[in-house]
Amino acid sequence: MNQNLNAGIGFRPPQAGTQPAYATPAYRSTALRAPFSAPISFPGSLTETTGPRFTPERFPPLTDLSRLEGHDAQGQRIIVAGTVADEDGRPVPHTMIELWQANAAGRYRHPVDGHDAPLDPWFHGAGRVFTDRGGRYRFVSVRPGSYPWRNHKNAWRPGHIHFSLFGPGFAQRLITQMYFEGDPLLAFDPIFHSVPDAEARERLVARLAIDLTEPEWALGYCFDIVLRGRGATPMEA
Amino acid sequence: MPSATAQQTIGPYWHLLADPQAADLTRFGAPGPAITLQGRLFDGAGAPVGDACIELWQADPSPSELFPGFGRSGTNADGWFRFRTLKPGPIRGRGNATEAPHLALAIHARGLTRPLFTRVYFAADALNETDPLLSLIGEPARRASLIAEPDGAGSWRHDIRLQGACETVFLEG
Repeated sequence: MNQNLNAGIGFRPPQAGTQPAYATPAYRSTALRAPFSAPISFPGSLTETTGPRFTPERFPPLTDLSRLEGHDAQGQRIIVAGTVADEDGRPVPHTMIELWQANAAGRYRHPVDGHDAPLDPWFHGAGRVFTDRGGRYRFVSVRPGSYPWRNHKNAWRPGHIHFSLFGPGFAQRLITQMYFEGDPLLAFDPIFHSVPDAEARERLVARLAIDLTEPEWALGYCFDIVLRGRGATPMEA
Repeated sequence: MPSATAQQTIGPYWHLLADPQAADLTRFGAPGPAITLQGRLFDGAGAPVGDACIELWQADPSPSELFPGFGRSGTNADGWFRFRTLKPGPIRGRGNATEAPHLALAIHARGLTRPLFTRVYFAADALNETDPLLSLIGEPARRASLIAEPDGAGSWRHDIRLQGACETVFLEG
């Protein structure tokens, strides 16, 4: 029996409005996939408070999506950097971030993407980066294009990069999308607007950061990420 | 400090990350008899969900170099997912309770704005009767939605229904 009790502290519930509802009618695909019953409240145990560890040895970093086999991908080269911390402001060191995105023309290298936009032979669109001891990460890519989807008439996704993160506990699992400051399509996007709280939505939007920008080379964008924090009540032993 | 970053759907293109080996938690040479956990994922119309990402995590046996405790399986066009792993033992829960052997699953898919968390227990385990989570669920059909059934030697069958009358029980993360 696994008896490690140190990890037995739950995570705090989300603040109202800061996470999307499962049922989001404007996002049509939720109609048959959102559960009818509310998730049941269960304080959790080691199963939820522990989580997988990934090492760069076994999951090699891939931090430059802007080049493939020595060739530059088409598009606006960008640097994306930020920190990963928890809700108490504690940095999350040495944690793996998975990334995937469309190319500069708005096309994914994926069999079900039928958008009539060109693939780029020098762009794959998947990356992996680890935070350093201070919770900081950085990668290079090209700015993803917008693409149409069939959610409603004339529906276009704002440019975005998908992020997948694992905190120390499985219940901290985060999958999100990073958007770009000033993208006019954000106003019309039901996925972005699945988050009710405007301030929480705005934190999904990366800001141009001139200090991250490298002269004659690439624009820098800052995107900080927060994982759920520990709850206040330790588990009774 | 601001609240946790908002979740956004994994969408239909997450397979750019996919590694078919990741569904086999025994691939690094974990010792001990392996089990298969397989099942189908259905939507509210009873149609198979073919583009989901299902992740498995277990706190027991303790993760090690040989056993990551974590796996990831896509679903195919018929909604099937399939993991190979080590059968967990009981773990210590809150207040000195014992939790029956179980696996945690996180389900991500287009049309899910955020992950769905659930657990998988094993039919006929005596500890199920006193498990703290199963004990919370009075309705037998709801409770059964968390319990995998034997499906041949070393194999367990567990279907997941996202929505509707036989909906699987999901947990607040």
